[in-house]
Amino acid sequence: MTLKTLLAGTGIALALATGAFAQDQTKVGFVYVGPVGDGGWTYEHDQARQAVEAHFGDAVETVFVESVPEGPDAERVMTQMALQGADLIFTTSFGYMDATINVAERFPDVKFEHATGYKTAENVSAYNARFYEGRAIQGHIAGQMTESNIIGYIGSYPIPEVIQGINSAFLHAREVNPDVEFRIIWAYTWFDPAKEAEAASVLIEQGADVILQHTDSTAPQAAAQAAGNVVTFGQASDMAEFGPFPRVSSIIDDWAPYYIERTQAVIDGTWESSNVWHGIPEGMVAIGEITDAVPAEVKASAEAMIEAIRAGEYHPFTGPINYQDGSVWLEDGEVADDETLLGMNFYIEGLTGEIPQ
Amino acid sequence: MDMSAINPVLLLASLMVAATPILLAAIGELVVERAGVLNLGVEGMMITGAVCGFIVTINAGSPLLGFAGAALGGAMVALVFGILTQVLLSNQVATGLALTLFGLGLAALLGQSYIGIKAPVIAKWPVPLLSDLPLIGPILFNHDPVVYLGILIIAAVWYFLTYSRAGLVLRAVGENHDAAHALGYHVVRVRLLAIMFGGACAGLGGAYLSLVRVPQWTEGLTAGAGWIALAIVVFASWRPWRLLLGAYLFGGVTVLQLNLQAAGFALPVAYLSMAPYLATILVLVMMRSGRAPGSLAQSFHASR
Repeated sequence: MTLKTLLAGTGIALALATGAFAQDQTKVGFVYVGPVGDGGWTYEHDQARQAVEAHFGDAVETVFVESVPEGPDAERVMTQMALQGADLIFTTSFGYMDATINVAERFPDVKFEHATGYKTAENVSAYNARFYEGRAIQGHIAGQMTESNIIGYIGSYPIPEVIQGINSAFLHAREVNPDVEFRIIWAYTWFDPAKEAEAASVLIEQGADVILQHTDSTAPQAAAQAAGNVVTFGQASDMAEFGPFPRVSSIIDDWAPYYIERTQAVIDGTWESSNVWHGIPEGMVAIGEITDAVPAEVKASAEAMIEAIRAGEYHPFTGPINYQDGSVWLEDGEVADDETLLGMNFYIEGLTGEIPQ
Repeated sequence: MDMSAINPVLLLASLMVAATPILLAAIGELVVERAGVLNLGVEGMMITGAVCGFIVTINAGSPLLGFAGAALGGAMVALVFGILTQVLLSNQVATGLALTLFGLGLAALLGQSYIGIKAPVIAKWPVPLLSDLPLIGPILFNHDPVVYLGILIIAAVWYFLTYSRAGLVLRAVGENHDAAHALGYHVVRVRLLAIMFGGACAGLGGAYLSLVRVPQWTEGLTAGAGWIALAIVVFASWRPWRLLLGAYLFGGVTVLQLNLQAAGFALPVAYLSMAPYLATILVLVMMRSGRAPGSLAQSFHASR
């Protein structure tokens, strides 16, 4: 047998094998913005991926690519996944939005799910979590934990999702502590431990004794721990290894139920494009254990707030709330509509500085 | 905008910390260049040091051993460069660039299972008595040991190059390797030793990032610090004490831009982020840079 025929033979055998294989197995792909070991955002997405594998067993095969930059690389990775026979692809960062739409156009038979974006198509769904509900709890605790009345905030990019978080945390911190001030540093990255650590140290030097972060690594937690008297909250993941202090609570993203539901829909052939925004009531946003470093009455009122949000009795953006310049945004008792929130590009009254454009 | 929020004492103290990784890498490269070798692989050696230091610290539980491991790791990668350029006479610029890319890849590979692990905290080590001085105490004498080590290395290099016989030989090799060879000095051996010293220093600088500054391992941790170190060597016109100045200038602008942002300074963040790099370019253009070592970046072979 010559080398050529040998190669051709193996090729055919391989094609047959994968062909037969693909029939009864659904392939689900995941594109991650950070490493699975970031201990935050990507870690939780990967936990959910493992939950999908555990739930479906051999019926589903999952693949993932980590640390994919938001840009042309993302498109290449998605295309590769689609070519390798993925039936469903989760793209798990805001910056993948346009890439997802572009690739989806070329692969009409592959279903796409894009996290935290707003664009959808025939075969592209968007899903997002109401992180601002968790931020309300954080602000409520932070406002009462601070002694210097300065809260530092590490923002990633000035996009609506992050601005919602800043506004929500500030609103609820002011509610319990009228003297509280926010100092905001934009890191322009989702994951860069060196930069995040630097930003946290600077905020601490400027007197902040609570650090809130909207970036994915645990570096700010480590910086706070080194400082000794600074409170932090886990972001995206529990970050329990930094508890009970400095990490006094956390916002946890639980994607597993949604991923399992959507994978099931693809298997059943009932998948349809949708745009969901789930929060505490649906369980997509969870609040990590509030540790004993938090005074009991603060913990109790925070838990009451969680329950009120869960029951749908309380919306974190309930008027009266003014714009930064003092003009009215929401009248007394008025609740913010989702459209405004999804496009939020303004600070509320009391926050200083400008949102970089 | 609230400028009073910026505490000048803390700013100067954190400037010293921010400058330390670049300072360490730059002083190593200074010695290498004074020996007549241009090693553009500083970034690659730094990140290799960062990952080696982190792995050793996690497994041995001792940051001291970690820093030793980092220096060793950096020196080993540098030795690869040394053998290629000094023994096999490959082009120094191309080999240096390749070393950077190689180091980044190697570090990512070695560090794969160490992402997201916590490193033990390295305690500050205030200098007795001196750290109690008002103003100067908290700025200069209340740091971790590596900050002092960086300054000590600079002083040692300065003394070595200026006053010691070995330093004179090293400079002779860098200025004119043919003449040094004619005088009976072993050019290749001197250069190999200098290259390994440079690698060890870059490794220490990288480990300072992964063990003290961040402290965590992640891919691409050094984020261009090695290139800045290269620029600072030129900025310092190959003199140790000027190098200290350059490193503090760069560290200072980095820290200042974050401070200004937190204080609500109304300048777009993008300008502030590029400020350190602009400052480096500006200084390079404005300062009449000193004369480079005569044999810089030239290959040496005894038969030519």
